[in-house]
Amino acid sequence: MKQHSKMCKLFLSGMLLACWHAWVFAAAWVDPSTLQRLAGDSSNDRLQAIQALGQSDMPGAATLLAALGEGKVRLSGDGRVLVLLEGSAAIDATTGDKVSLSGNEQPFMLNNRLRRAIQLAQATVALFAPESSVRLNAAIRMQKEVDPAHIPVMERALQREKDDRVKSAMQIALAGMQLKSTDPEVRLAAVKTLGASGIGAYQPALNALLEKNQAGQPTEPDARVRHAALSAIHQIDRHQALLSWAGNIFFGISLGSVLLLAALGLAITFGLMGVINMAHGELLMIGAYATYMVQALFKSWFPAWMNWYVIAALPVAFIVTALVGMALERTVIRWLYGRPLETLLATWGISLILMQAVRSIFGAQNVEVANPSWMSGGWTVMGGLVLSYNRIAIIIFSMLVVLMVWLMLNYTRLGLFVRAITQNRRMADCVGVPTGKVDMLAFGLGAGIAGLGGVALSQLGNVGPDLGRSYIVDSFMVVVLGGVGQLAGTVVAALGLGAINKIIEPFWGAVIAKIAILFFIVLFVQKRPQGLFAPKGRSAE
Amino acid sequence: MKRRLILKQLTVASALAMSGWLPQAYAQDTIKVGILHSLSGTMAISETSLKDVALMTIDEINAKGGVMGKKLEAVVVDPASNWPLFAEKARQLISQDKVAVVFGCWTSVSRKSVLPVFKELNSLLFYPVQYEGEELEKNVFYTGAAPNQQAIPAVEYLMSEEGGGAKRFVLLGTDYVYPRTTNKILRSFLNSKGVKDSDIEEIYTPFGHSDYQTIVANIKKFSQGGKTAVVSTINGDSNVPFYKELGNAGLKATDVPVVAFSVGEEELRGVDTKPLVGHLAAWNYFESLNNPVNKEFVAKWKAYAKAKNLPNNSTAVTNDPMEATYIGIHMWKQAVEKAQTTNVDKVIDAMAGQQFNAPDGYTIMMDKTNHHLHKPVYIGEIQPNGQFSIVWQSKGPIRAQPWSPYIPGNESKQGL
Repeated sequence: MKQHSKMCKLFLSGMLLACWHAWVFAAAWVDPSTLQRLAGDSSNDRLQAIQALGQSDMPGAATLLAALGEGKVRLSGDGRVLVLLEGSAAIDATTGDKVSLSGNEQPFMLNNRLRRAIQLAQATVALFAPESSVRLNAAIRMQKEVDPAHIPVMERALQREKDDRVKSAMQIALAGMQLKSTDPEVRLAAVKTLGASGIGAYQPALNALLEKNQAGQPTEPDARVRHAALSAIHQIDRHQALLSWAGNIFFGISLGSVLLLAALGLAITFGLMGVINMAHGELLMIGAYATYMVQALFKSWFPAWMNWYVIAALPVAFIVTALVGMALERTVIRWLYGRPLETLLATWGISLILMQAVRSIFGAQNVEVANPSWMSGGWTVMGGLVLSYNRIAIIIFSMLVVLMVWLMLNYTRLGLFVRAITQNRRMADCVGVPTGKVDMLAFGLGAGIAGLGGVALSQLGNVGPDLGRSYIVDSFMVVVLGGVGQLAGTVVAALGLGAINKIIEPFWGAVIAKIAILFFIVLFVQKRPQGLFAPKGRSAE
Repeated sequence: MKRRLILKQLTVASALAMSGWLPQAYAQDTIKVGILHSLSGTMAISETSLKDVALMTIDEINAKGGVMGKKLEAVVVDPASNWPLFAEKARQLISQDKVAVVFGCWTSVSRKSVLPVFKELNSLLFYPVQYEGEELEKNVFYTGAAPNQQAIPAVEYLMSEEGGGAKRFVLLGTDYVYPRTTNKILRSFLNSKGVKDSDIEEIYTPFGHSDYQTIVANIKKFSQGGKTAVVSTINGDSNVPFYKELGNAGLKATDVPVVAFSVGEEELRGVDTKPLVGHLAAWNYFESLNNPVNKEFVAKWKAYAKAKNLPNNSTAVTNDPMEATYIGIHMWKQAVEKAQTTNVDKVIDAMAGQQFNAPDGYTIMMDKTNHHLHKPVYIGEIQPNGQFSIVWQSKGPIRAQPWSPYIPGNESKQGL
């Protein structure tokens, strides 16, 4: 990132230098009449000025356009347009001279209409950029335009294009503009290209070809084009249906992984140890607040490593919540083993205390936890489905956590003791397992894993004192459905609930999906109270 | 051990009694004012700052000599985001503490729950939040916006060329009375503007919904049918996951603008604003308004937050409901001074036509008949610093229509 901005600066100063040279020969940096319109009050004038900048080959046009897009343009009181540089330096766009700011300049206000115009103007220029990735983005941006006025630019760009991927994107964009061509052959080819692209945004334009005008005549005179349009629409429909199914599956897995992270800690404390821990949600919250603290720490001490604060937050959150969990176990829960009702009430009270404590320390407001840049944005697959990076990261992370817990339970001494105690506490005690200590450690482990879940949740939603409340019911649902005491059950239940929820939601909406899930669980538990995976054979109790 | 405990309890009890008794000694020269905002529970996020701004306004009035020569005395109670508790606390304020007026409530459901109490005991409530209308009570003054002072101008803006010329609308909200009613009004308004039902999609989510993947994918699909805008009545807290998902899915404000009715400066404090830039919000006041009255108001609030050491006071912001609270208290003061009494009926009469030079840049007026303020409407765009830049404003203050003409059967319900 840093390097990138350095490059940008270098590039910009290089451009400025070039501009300086240009200025020596040419009198003006940017066309004065354009600037006049830009500085004016009328939004239509501003729009035209931006369009003019996109087509202008004056030395400063591209720089000014880029500065507009980044919000680095100021208007001085006497109507001059200034492009901001470092500090209080700026360029006067009329002459290209360096001037210093007086401090009374107003920022150039953009709205979405002007922003769209700037993006379009930049894209038409970027179609000829040296980097193929820039050209590809520009070509994709041009796919939103259906105005035939852009055809000459697209054709010129297409002629010079060597890269196949960029070329096909450009062909699609061009086809979108050619739908109104007078030549039926061109229209036919365009319709076929659009059908093959599978891009849903072209559907209204294709539908328009099939409509009939008032006289009952089809608006598209050529029967072959109409036929092709019909099959193109079907083709797009099929592709979109495929996309939405692929999307639902991904969303389901992603929701499942969130449920899994929220419930995994509980699977240990409730599932293995039998403690009904109503404060589990607050352990998630503490994990999220630990992430916030680590972020604040990085902001003030290691700003260069800001992108990796989440990684550093993982061990911190684990340790902090594990300590809180162990303290809880030692002071409250251990006195209540075997008394589920009292445990429930006591932990409920603890959850209220923890929430109010956080509210007193950090305030009632949510705190800001930002996604690092590598977790922002998404990965476009199949030409339209966006898989966001933070969701992908959380799916992978949840798998790693499950793996870690599984290894810990099955291949460590602590895991062996925990399993022994789960099977038969008294017998384990008799053969010398230090049950008290193991209980504490196991509870700490469950709490620590809840803390890890908190780190993940902080990347998706709000971090506030009430964070835990929204997950506690879901967590219990997952553990009960999966079968108490079963790690595999928890995994299957979380992913299954996520998938069912996301398959129902597009049809019935989020509210009904939630109700349907609860209803389903009630029915399921009636039929199979032991959950999906029940321990087989002779149970010790 | 036991004796000591009893002793302790006795001291505590007597201390409590003393503290309760002492203010009463000079109670005759103060006027008690009730403040009914949740200071804990889910609504604490939004309501805590309203309590603080009310206390600030009361301090300000007291510093200038109080009302009719008497100081105001604030009685703060915490209804804890619990709707039945609102009614209980309101009753306690009115009958036990004998307050002259109550400033409070945020959600419509809390207002609905205290309403019978105020009617029964004939007391006065000032409600400072934008709401769905369809209500007009003698005992309530509404200092927030009615739908025609927020929702309808916002949708008109989206349909205008300047706002992007939207043809299709997604009405997205949390599933409760305010979004449902607002969307009903908006649907009928859009229909009257020639937008077909097939171009309107209503989506609701449960309270505290945090997984917006499917909804964002739906919006994306819907937007392929033509220029689309989203009108969001999502409740404060769920907005963060929604905007995050929107940003990650690559839906930019230039493609599908979202205009929100419940997102203000206070809500944006807990949010990473980068993915939100360019999205819109409609209110009657923004902190960024450039006028001397507002500058003074903002400076006063920041100084107050710092002096009282409120949590996160370094990033203190003002917002629309805070301004509405400020206006409400001042207007009540003016009305009491006009009526020369705190008698509820006389104050209600004196409120009609009351004017106040407000931070929203106008000298705004309490309507002579309908208990709502005439308010200007602003549409702001979210900036990277969590503030709003104004992209549209109404020509001047607009008269409220609590009974929306877009809901059938409302024609006959106009006055009280």
